Amino acid sequence: MQNDPIPLIREKALWMRRTAFTMVHRAQLGHPGGDFSATDILASLYFGVLRHDPTRPGWEDRDRFIMSKGHATGAIYTALCAAGYFPEDWLATYMQNGSRLNGHPNRNYVPGVETNTGPLGHGFPVAVGIAIAGALQGRDYRTYVLTGDGEQQEGSNWEAAMVAGHRRLRNLTLIIDRNRLQQGAGTEETSGLDPLDRKYEAFGWEVAMVDGHDPAALVAALSARGDRPRCIIANTVKGKGVSFMENVAKWHHGVPNDAEYAQAMAELV
Amino acid sequence: MSHAVEVKGLYDCRDAWVKTLVDVAANDPRVVAVVNDSVGSSKLGAFQKAYPDRLINVGIAEQVMVGVGAGLANGGQVPFVSAAACFLTGRALEQVKADVAYANFNVKLVGQSSGVAYAELGPTHHSIEDFAWMRLLKTITTVVPADPWEVEQAIRWAAQHEGPVFIRLSRMPVPALDIPDRTFTPGKAQVAREGSDVTIIACGTITHLAIAAHDLLAAEGISARVLNMHTINPLDEAAIDAAAQTGAIVTAEEAHLRGGLGGAVAEYTAGHRPVPVERLGFDGFQPTGDLDHLFTRSGLTIEGIAAAAKRAMARKVGSGK
Repeated sequence: MQNDPIPLIREKALWMRRTAFTMVHRAQLGHPGGDFSATDILASLYFGVLRHDPTRPGWEDRDRFIMSKGHATGAIYTALCAAGYFPEDWLATYMQNGSRLNGHPNRNYVPGVETNTGPLGHGFPVAVGIAIAGALQGRDYRTYVLTGDGEQQEGSNWEAAMVAGHRRLRNLTLIIDRNRLQQGAGTEETSGLDPLDRKYEAFGWEVAMVDGHDPAALVAALSARGDRPRCIIANTVKGKGVSFMENVAKWHHGVPNDAEYAQAMAELV
Repeated sequence: MSHAVEVKGLYDCRDAWVKTLVDVAANDPRVVAVVNDSVGSSKLGAFQKAYPDRLINVGIAEQVMVGVGAGLANGGQVPFVSAAACFLTGRALEQVKADVAYANFNVKLVGQSSGVAYAELGPTHHSIEDFAWMRLLKTITTVVPADPWEVEQAIRWAAQHEGPVFIRLSRMPVPALDIPDRTFTPGKAQVAREGSDVTIIACGTITHLAIAAHDLLAAEGISARVLNMHTINPLDEAAIDAAAQTGAIVTAEEAHLRGGLGGAVAEYTAGHRPVPVERLGFDGFQPTGDLDHLFTRSGLTIEGIAAAAKRAMARKVGSGK
């Protein structure tokens, strides 16, 4: 990196959290807990890792990012907006009647969205296809896909993991948002995922564990190159950044009242 | 007996499929094939030999197969995702809905051995629900070729068309159809035989039986129009308007009675052109039996189609019955 991207990533991540929570407060809809666990990952990608050009969302050689945990639209919409893919006034329409900004992202309406997600376990297989296309064409773009950790319970992910491992798709990076909570309970008390690292290693992947809220660690892990597909297990905190939301399952799709909103905005500085 | 497998000069449409795909791929490097281990049953051996790197076999994993298809389209390829129709449309239905239809990716889904082609293997391997499922996904053009010529036309069209397509093929032997002035335009039915007393609307493996029924009815003085409705979605509504003017309609398809070609015609006529419609197809899960048994018990024979035509005519307004 010619310039240290970390201060910019931190600045953008703060803006994303404040803006996403404002959207959720206004709409009284959304998934703020998962937005906040993924925010630093997305900010690191868009402002420190991805080779992309918001003025050319269809650029053939762009790095691809697929938001497989499509319910975390507060995170992906604010990331794309911050990066310049669409104007900020779109955000005020979040989940309003007729808005481009549905509760789950639609590539046909939102520039920068690579595929439609929402049902869990869909983004990862699509990312595998994108990586295969890049390899076939000899292009040097990279494909990144972010899944939730609970999402890893969907079997389609393991089909995708097997195919990517078998084909040694070194241009593919999977990021798992390991906040250890799903909708109503912990992942390990629901249908345990551990040890995720050993599972992916057994499927032929290189695995790294990082602090999912440390931009420097994220940029380093996401920029690394290897000979096999890479799995980054990003240890995160659901609701990160707001004291009363952190590690509280109900904020998966909980929405703030006015007092909670005010307190959160006071903390997010 | 009048079943297809007893007609002479028959073709396995998979041969036309792979021959055309190899040919199309020679001129278009974007074209790739994606399969769920079904290289043999999709008859893709020749494609694999010609373009080993462009045959992507994900193993027995239909969800990732369809997702990979969408991803390949994102990367600028034109993927033909080929698998037994029952697994492609059933097992991977949510991927077909979300990743292909809703995302509107340029993916070509090719359902092999559709309908009851697997006969004795039973309802798990029959694909009679696929018409209904795919009809609900309006962004996917659904084409049901009736013979080798139409398979070739459909594959060539799909390769250059920008948008999702479902092409439903069969391994069931069918004759080459003799249809005057035949052209293939998606969404536009072919008039296989002219007629004015009743219209038989068929597709795929059933079209040749409908044409034979036309001859049988003609011998009894009944003039039956036959439409080859090779596109289920979008439906050729103008052809159905014209069919309604004959006063009676029969639909015949190798698919479920509910929600398929007959369902589409019934929906349209009920709303626009009320007319008697007799529907032939499979009424749910089928018992163990060979093709002949399954077709015959559901009236999908030359005689069965002719009988349905007479039933439809008997229901005409003013028929006095």
